[in-house]
Amino acid sequence: MTANPASRWALRVLGLGYVLALLLVPLGFIFYKTFEHGVAPPLDAITSPDGLHALKLTLITVAIAVPLNTMFGIACAILLVRHKFRGNFLIDAAINLPFAISPVVIGLSLFLLYGTTGWFEPALAEAGIKILFSVPGMVLACMFVSLPFVVRETVPVLQEIGTEQEQAASTLGANAWQTFWRVTLPAIRWGVAYGVVLTTARVLGEFGAVSVVSGSISGQTQTLPLFVEKQYENFNLPGAFGASVLLALLALMTLLAMNFLKRKEDA
Amino acid sequence: MEAGTLTSSRAPRVGLRLPGVGAGLGRGLVVLYLSLIVLLPLAALTDQGLSQGLGHFWDQVTQPQALKSLKLTLVASLIVVLINGFFGTILAWLLVRDEFPGKSVINAVIDLPFALPTIVASLILIELWGDKSPFGIHIAGTPTAVVVALMFVTLPFVVRAVQPLLMEMDREMEEAAASLGAGGFTVFRRIIFPNLLPGLGAGVALAYARALGEYGSVLLFAGGLPNTMVSSVFIRQQIESGNETGAAAVSVVLLICSLLCLALVSLIQRWAVRHDRASSELIPTLAADGTGGGAGA
Repeated sequence: MTANPASRWALRVLGLGYVLALLLVPLGFIFYKTFEHGVAPPLDAITSPDGLHALKLTLITVAIAVPLNTMFGIACAILLVRHKFRGNFLIDAAINLPFAISPVVIGLSLFLLYGTTGWFEPALAEAGIKILFSVPGMVLACMFVSLPFVVRETVPVLQEIGTEQEQAASTLGANAWQTFWRVTLPAIRWGVAYGVVLTTARVLGEFGAVSVVSGSISGQTQTLPLFVEKQYENFNLPGAFGASVLLALLALMTLLAMNFLKRKEDA
Repeated sequence: MEAGTLTSSRAPRVGLRLPGVGAGLGRGLVVLYLSLIVLLPLAALTDQGLSQGLGHFWDQVTQPQALKSLKLTLVASLIVVLINGFFGTILAWLLVRDEFPGKSVINAVIDLPFALPTIVASLILIELWGDKSPFGIHIAGTPTAVVVALMFVTLPFVVRAVQPLLMEMDREMEEAAASLGAGGFTVFRRIIFPNLLPGLGAGVALAYARALGEYGSVLLFAGGLPNTMVSSVFIRQQIESGNETGAAAVSVVLLICSLLCLALVSLIQRWAVRHDRASSELIPTLAADGTGGGAGA
């Protein structure tokens, strides 16, 4: 549309003004607010024992949830695209569920499944395994919320590359693993990487589901987002902002990675 | 579709197998993982919600504060997606059809709400628009705060849904309309808007599903006051006060609303393909658009 200059400017003011007020001002504000009184207060908060523990626990959830969901995602995408099957649409629909469900509802579901009245309670109690209010429950919550990303990013790429090269490889005598590692994976790597970035960002920042199942005990079951909430509730603003800035920096790195991978995918 | 053409020829099937395991076992493992992580917990939720009979379920859902929070959630989310439908379309247009310095930065920053943890968003919003607001605007703890928080988290959906449609749109129709004397607004209303409608509809429905369940960003900023309590905050409160059945009942209602949104998205997609409005890849399903829809908490 060749909008006339007046309406073009009106649209620019409206659109960019909205982004400025809703996204850019808050983003700048968090950095200003954190470093208002120098680097020391936020740094002290993050390097406090509880802060460091929260950071460690966040990294542990990422280290478990992301690889598992990546392996599942690739296998599931191959299944959906390469093996046509009547029940596939059900798998496809179920994968989207975590996107549509409130994090609190996800947390509650896990709470009910593994809690004192839950289906697994007798077996778990007997085996002495604790899932709720401990790390396994938090990892399960993170796996639930971030399950769809790798599948969703890999499916379109797999569809696009087609099967000629895979067929050629197997005609030449490659077995399934060789075909996967040397032909399929290199061809879909940017799509998978994009999904991994989204999964990681989601696991790093997950709050609602984790807060229901973790109990948010300082120094024990607190990830960085839970640490932010607790510090804010305890009126320790430097602590809340210190951890927030760390998470915001990770978010900015996520955006950079998304941008980079998008270009690789398009190229 | 690829598999269909392959099985008819005598091409070796080896390369198409899931490595390590066959298709059958592979499917079994995928379904098992999906069941353990997603389906089993949801079954437990539904079971708990209905555990004391339909009558009790209904009582829990229709108790005054539960109803009030559901109403607030549904109405605030609707207002938010209408606002973001408007601004999202403008932004998509600017990013596709306009040129201005810093465009690539704006394009990247649109995804910020997907990447930024929601609790961080809530903290920023309450410091920015709360009692200590540097701009002197105090909306924290009011229903307006619910709307602003939801505006933040759902902004990317419409932009990312409309953008690819605008990029693919044939400029010839617009030029033809313009040469026949149609003004800028008429071209938009008669040509551009109808073509964007499937993407806009899908984007709005996805944003609505997201807004219905939002928790983190509303928590600190809008808080759990009686007139700012959205359903997710209400559910959390019920869990903490030990009313798990009540929490599960409201959760089931929320779950059904979200599933309806998903069904709407897939209806829009089918409609658009059938009426040749857009190829299926261009209408976002949940983050299947390859533009990174749907991250964030």
